Amino acid sequence: MAGESLLPPLPNYGYKNMAKKKPVIEFRNLTFSYQLQEIPALKNINLTIYEGEYVAILGLNGAGKTTLQLCINGVIPNMIFGDFEGDVLVNGLNTQEYPTREMAKIVGMVFDNPEFQLTQTSVAEEVALGLENLGIPTVEMHPIIEDALETVGLDGLQERSPFALSGGQQQRLAIASALAMKPQIFVMDEPTSNIDPIGKEEVIAVAAKLNKEKHMTVILAEHEVEVIAQFADHVIVIHEGEIILDGTPHEVFAQVEKLEKIGLRVPQVTEFAYRLEKEYGVKVKEYPIKIDEAEQFAADTFKK
Amino acid sequence: MSEALIVCENLTHIYDGEVVAVQDINLTIQKGELIGVIGQNGSGKTTLVKHFNGLLKPTKGKVFVNGNDTAGMRIQELAKSVGYVFQNPNHQLFAKTVREELEFGPTNLGVPEDEVKERVNKAFKFFNLEKYRESHPYRISFPLRKLVGMASIYTMRPDVFILDEPTTGQDHITTRIVYQLIERLRNEGATVICVAHDMILLAEVVERMIVMRDSQIIADTDPRTVFSDKDLMASTHLTPPQITELSYRMRDNKQIKNLALSINGLLEETSKNFNLKRSK
Repeated sequence: MAGESLLPPLPNYGYKNMAKKKPVIEFRNLTFSYQLQEIPALKNINLTIYEGEYVAILGLNGAGKTTLQLCINGVIPNMIFGDFEGDVLVNGLNTQEYPTREMAKIVGMVFDNPEFQLTQTSVAEEVALGLENLGIPTVEMHPIIEDALETVGLDGLQERSPFALSGGQQQRLAIASALAMKPQIFVMDEPTSNIDPIGKEEVIAVAAKLNKEKHMTVILAEHEVEVIAQFADHVIVIHEGEIILDGTPHEVFAQVEKLEKIGLRVPQVTEFAYRLEKEYGVKVKEYPIKIDEAEQFAADTFKK
Repeated sequence: MSEALIVCENLTHIYDGEVVAVQDINLTIQKGELIGVIGQNGSGKTTLVKHFNGLLKPTKGKVFVNGNDTAGMRIQELAKSVGYVFQNPNHQLFAKTVREELEFGPTNLGVPEDEVKERVNKAFKFFNLEKYRESHPYRISFPLRKLVGMASIYTMRPDVFILDEPTTGQDHITTRIVYQLIERLRNEGATVICVAHDMILLAEVVERMIVMRDSQIIADTDPRTVFSDKDLMASTHLTPPQITELSYRMRDNKQIKNLALSINGLLEETSKNFNLKRSK
């Protein structure tokens, strides 16, 4: 059924005003194994993502982040097959029943290597490609393309070859192409792993803008915990195919030992506060995760 | 004691007769140094380091490796002294199995078979790649493939290791393997040159930083000096690690005196200033 979840939310999920929020993605007891693989890539996933959230997925390479993301747009199990048990609902629509082609209008996806996604000879054509696939008449495309390119800050580069763009620009173009289809949910799989620091900031800023200004639900797989701390409002940690932590960034990053045990780290300022507490007995009320919080923490802790 | 290993004299490289990629570079790298080369994409850093193993030859000026002018040397000769690990392992790997990939370099250099075997086994252990011994390099994930790229150079035991963006796309565990590799290479007396954007690597691991902008070296000094120079950082669009940013602010707020580049550094600085005692 569309709308309300039949399952109670996970117990440690302390989101404010949750009652007002509408669930947009629900995983219900999902277990998935790729063909010819004995070990499931995802095990017993129960997860609710609410409209407008900025969700970060954290986990080691091979933990199941990409698999989880491919379940959202229905590519798993409709195009990549395997043993799929349980359900994934997007806007209340079951991904196994709803055509993947139609789901592409709801869920936009951007991958880690923008070069693989780019095929056209100009920036404008690249954005037009997805619209053509949706059957949008050429006359209507122009304003949509302009709008998408403006949102990602590539206006003026319409005629440029996608391959003459910097890594950050290419990734923003991949975002614009997905954005033109006006998805409600944006899924990004390590979109900054192959670009330089400026490019990284550009892409992260665009993702934040889509979330804050366009109120899109953003789901980002990312290794850099300081970036997650700065932007996300919901963090999911996956380890060996299972969700082991699910909560606000403060809740998740407070689990320093649990994260370190599986080989993940917390933001540097969090580790600093954690070690002040453990090694020097300094009292810490709440671990800072962002730089401004850390400055405040230092001011409160080190009053002369 | 120092021994010049790589010397660039007025090195200029121009692509296709018009694009100046590096201009008038003078640089000496000593044996055993641990160097970070940083700068935005297009600043010339990859072009610069590709001259060290002969992948590129100077348009003008000279490059010497171990005292020999690279202009007259073949890349195979240079490969003995300088190993280059590509940012993208797809540009480097070609064998049918990971094991063959690791064996290829030393075998090609004429290392005896037993010794090759031993080096390969050691590398599998160190890089934690044993599971993938007989896998096709392109059937394993990109981050692991990157480790294979490093391992296949490591088995050649060159004097100089050039690592181009070794940590991008890596998770925390494989990043740690890369840091350990750098430490081990250093203990073994190798010279390590990392082209990197990874600010934690630069702040905590390297000892000398070469900062490039617009085809030139604009700074060549220790990381502390680079990270202390906010104008320099901003002009190259480099953002310091979060802990360094906190240390700037704590210094501005008069809570500490000296800039810290790492968590350990800031703990030390803070405990000194506030007389904190270790609880155990």
